[in-house]
Amino acid sequence: MLTRRIIPCLDVKDGRVVKGTSFVQLRDAGDPVEQATAYDAQGADEVCFLDISASPEGRSTILDIVSRTADCVFAPLTVGGGVRSVDDVERLLLAGADKISINTAAIRDPALVSRAAERFGNQAIVVAVDAKRRGDGTWEVYSHGGRTPEGLDALAWCVEMAARGAGELLLTSMDQDGTRTGYDLPLVRTIVDAVTIPVIASGGVGTLDHLADGLDIGGADAVLAASIFHYGHHTIGEAKAHLRERGLPVRIT
Amino acid sequence: MIAIVDVCSGNLRSVEKAVAAAGGDAVVTRDGEVVRKADKVIVPGQGAFGAFTRGLAERDLEAPLREVIARGTPYLGICLGLQVLFDESEEQGPQRGLGLVKGKVVRFRPAKHELKVPHMGWNQIRRRAGDPVGDAIADGDHVYFVHSFHVVPDDPAVTVMESDHGGRFCAAIRQDNLFAVQFHPEKSQRVGLSLLEQFVRSSGRT
Repeated sequence: MLTRRIIPCLDVKDGRVVKGTSFVQLRDAGDPVEQATAYDAQGADEVCFLDISASPEGRSTILDIVSRTADCVFAPLTVGGGVRSVDDVERLLLAGADKISINTAAIRDPALVSRAAERFGNQAIVVAVDAKRRGDGTWEVYSHGGRTPEGLDALAWCVEMAARGAGELLLTSMDQDGTRTGYDLPLVRTIVDAVTIPVIASGGVGTLDHLADGLDIGGADAVLAASIFHYGHHTIGEAKAHLRERGLPVRIT
Repeated sequence: MIAIVDVCSGNLRSVEKAVAAAGGDAVVTRDGEVVRKADKVIVPGQGAFGAFTRGLAERDLEAPLREVIARGTPYLGICLGLQVLFDESEEQGPQRGLGLVKGKVVRFRPAKHELKVPHMGWNQIRRRAGDPVGDAIADGDHVYFVHSFHVVPDDPAVTVMESDHGGRFCAAIRQDNLFAVQFHPEKSQRVGLSLLEQFVRSSGRT
């Protein structure tokens, strides 16, 4: 039986991890490669880098980080942030990433998702969707790191992205992100029920039960979290043990 | 020297680094002459079956691969490197494979909505003991899969590992010097590295 995945996400700016960390064993807590290696050792099912650099110089550092990570981390690696073209996707894959996450560029040019999926396979293309609640029980898609409303219905958008060849959806609730009060479970459930590709729930985790809720109540295939792991509140191993107690299938290493 | 055959550009760096970590002396190559000289070959591949067979043709790799396989060179196929050995795939097709293992490649058609396609993530292996490479993995170990199609060999005896996604499917085959897996050992942490170590160390044949 396929197990549910736990994916720690590292926000990287100009080659450094932003949001602190209290991994005491690290020589350089700001080094994304060291952090990815530590998560790998803890048994993370995948690792995700989100590049939030604003400048081209900052962005160029992500390729080096990806290739240095691929040298020593033998677990799946997803990379997103600032991906604009099929060439960007290819550069990251050649550097050693397995899956590339596309967000704003997919909104500007939905056919980019089809072109990238045809070239590299659906399994390599993740579409990241940042969604925010509207008053009427639906959700709207936001771009540019959640700053710009796009007037797109999140449900229709996710269905379209799956049809265009996305192999997976990374679904972030803008309302919940940073609140530590749990995922937007109705959002997760709505999208999970509408598509046949895997969905990663993101945004709002504060406790281990939130992770379990995202998988159990939300029905997500994987859960992404940042601060709950970065600040040393919990290890990946503790999270897996908790999920197993809640009856969810997980890989214990 | 182990040749990691670059049929269809993608993430080969991870395979290269994992084989190196497993103690192998490997080069990534798209040069048929290098493939011909290799002691062992690894054929990784992700993406579309058709793009992969086109890559074999355009890079003039089909003939050298057929030669070394016929000569008995130990072969490790990963993902498309498994699927391409079969007669045909129904992906955007049917499309012809190398026809070295009898059978076909079919899409997952899970009956339940909860079972997603691509089959993506860590799943458990049931294995038949006795394979010189496959024995590196224990029954019940988890390995990383990412694929929408899976192989169905005509002869069930070639299947040495299975996993389950809405029904059992073939996760690895052995036929003479051919050993090939649907999952990604280069992405399967310790378990995957142990399989690569075994391929590097062993004679690679039955």
